[in-house]
Amino acid sequence: MIAGALAQLARIITGASVHWVEDPPVTPGAQRVYFGNHSSHLDFVVIWSALPPAERQRTRPVAGADYWERGRIKRYLARKVFRAILIERATAPGPAALLASPSAPSSPASQASATLSVERIASGMGARDSIIVFPEGTRTAGSDVLPFKSGLFHLCSMKPELELVPVHLANMNRILPKGEVLPVPLLGRVVFGPATRIEPGEQKGVFLDRMRNALLALRDQ
Amino acid sequence: MSAFLDSVLGQLVSLVVGLLVVASVVGGILSRTARTDAARNTVRNLNARIRAWWIMVAVFGIAILTGGVGSVVLFGFASFMAMREFLTLTPTARSDHAVLFWAFFVFAPIQYWLVWQQWYGLFAILIPVYAFVAIPTRMAMAGDTARFLERSATMQWGLMACVYCVSHAPALLMLQVPGYAVGGAGLLFYLVLVAQLNDVMQYVWGKLFGRHPVAPQVSPNKTWEGFIGGTVTAVGVGTALYWATPFSPLQAMGMSVAITLMGFAGGLVMSAVKRDRGVKDYGAIIPGHGGVLDRIDSLLFAAPVYFHLIRFFFVP
Repeated sequence: MIAGALAQLARIITGASVHWVEDPPVTPGAQRVYFGNHSSHLDFVVIWSALPPAERQRTRPVAGADYWERGRIKRYLARKVFRAILIERATAPGPAALLASPSAPSSPASQASATLSVERIASGMGARDSIIVFPEGTRTAGSDVLPFKSGLFHLCSMKPELELVPVHLANMNRILPKGEVLPVPLLGRVVFGPATRIEPGEQKGVFLDRMRNALLALRDQ
Repeated sequence: MSAFLDSVLGQLVSLVVGLLVVASVVGGILSRTARTDAARNTVRNLNARIRAWWIMVAVFGIAILTGGVGSVVLFGFASFMAMREFLTLTPTARSDHAVLFWAFFVFAPIQYWLVWQQWYGLFAILIPVYAFVAIPTRMAMAGDTARFLERSATMQWGLMACVYCVSHAPALLMLQVPGYAVGGAGLLFYLVLVAQLNDVMQYVWGKLFGRHPVAPQVSPNKTWEGFIGGTVTAVGVGTALYWATPFSPLQAMGMSVAITLMGFAGGLVMSAVKRDRGVKDYGAIIPGHGGVLDRIDSLLFAAPVYFHLIRFFFVP
C-alpha cells in the first residue's frame, strides 16, 4: 500500500507522461533490465511508478548500500517497499548517487569488488525479478548521457536471456536537480524503448555503445 | 432548488446544460453517420471535447455555487497547472531552481490569497512590481549570467500570463456594481461563457467553412471564417444575455466584442509561443483539449481587460 501511494505521489510531483514504444508488459514475461539516464533522485521512483502494477511488483532498483543503509526510514523503504538490491560501492561518487553498476575497474581491488557487485545483482534477481539500473554510474548535472559503465555488460554476459529496455527520462534534472532538496512542479516525461538482448559474442565496447545509443534514440520520441 | 432555478445564475447554468445536451445529442448522431476516416476523426475529437466540457461545466458550476472560495481555488489550480505547462516549455537553467520554486509556491499562492482577501491594491501590483524586482535579483545573486535576460523575462512572462492575468477572473468577485444583485459570480459566469463559446464556435465555424488562415505561420487552424463566425455567434449570445448582467443590450454587445477579441488575441499569442517552442499542445490533462493552458488561453487577455472595463465604467 505504501508502495502504491509512493508511486502515485511520484507521478503527481513529476506530472510524468509515459510513452511505450512497444506494448507495456501488463503480465510479466521475461526478466528485464530497465536502464535509464540519471539526473535526479526522482529517476528510479518515476520509472518504477510508470510500470504496470504486476511488472512493478517484481521490479527492483539496484542502489548503493552506503546511501540506503543510512537512517531508519531509508533502510525501511529500501528493504521493505522497493526491495532494493543493495550493493557496496568501491568508490563513493557522492553521498546520494543511486549506483547502477560498478565503476570501470582501475585496480585489482576495485575489479574484484565490481565482479562481486555484478554477482550480487544476478543472485538478487533470482529467476523472476526485473531490475532498474542507471549505467552512467552517477547522476549527471545536465541532460547529457555519460558513457556507460561496464556492469551492464558483465551482468548480461552472465545472464544473456535478460531483456534490456532503455528508459529515457526528460526534465527530471529540472524538477529535482542534483543538490536540491525541494522539487518544483515542472512536467516530466518517461519513454520506454523497445526491448533488446545481448548478441552472442558481442564485444563489451560495442554492446555498451549500442545500449547508450538505444537510450539516446528515445530523446526525440 | 426552484428558487435557485429562478435566479439569474440558475438560469445561466440551465442554459449551458441545455446547450451541452444538444451538443451531446448532435455528437452522438454524427458518430453514427460519419463515413470517411477523416470525418470519424473530427467527430471523435468533437465528442472528446464535449465530454471534457461536461466535466469543466460541472467543476466550474460547483466552484461558482460555493461562492468566492470555490472560484479562487479553481482558478488558482488552473493557474498552477498552466504555469507548470508554460515553464516546462521554457528553457530554464539549473541555477533558476530557487526562483522557479518562488513562482509556484510563493507568488502564485500570494496572488490568489490577495484575490480571496479582496485586497485590490496589492493584487494589482504584486507580480508587475514585486515579482518583477525579486525574480531577476535572485537570479543575479545566483550568479549565472548566460541568457540572463531571456531567462528572467520568460519567468516574468509565465507569471504574468498564467497567474496575474488568470487571477483577474476570480477577482471579478471583488467588484460591486450598484444595482446588480447577482454580483461577481454573475460577471465571472458571463466572461467564461462568452469566451469559451467564442472558442468553440471559432473551432466549429473554422472546421465547417475555414479557408483563409489569419496567420498561417502561427496556426493553420485559426481562419478568418472561424474568427468571424465565432465572434458573431458569441457576440450575438452575449448580447442576448444582457438581462443576466448589469449591462444594457448595447453595453453587453460591447463587452462581448471586447471578450471575443481578447480571447482571439490570447489564443493567437499562446499559439505563437507554442510554435516558438516547437509543440502542438501544452499538456495532456483534458482529453481532446491539449493542456490546461490550451483551454484557458482565451481567458488570459480577456479576463484583465474585462475586469478593468467593468471597474472603470461600472464601479463607482
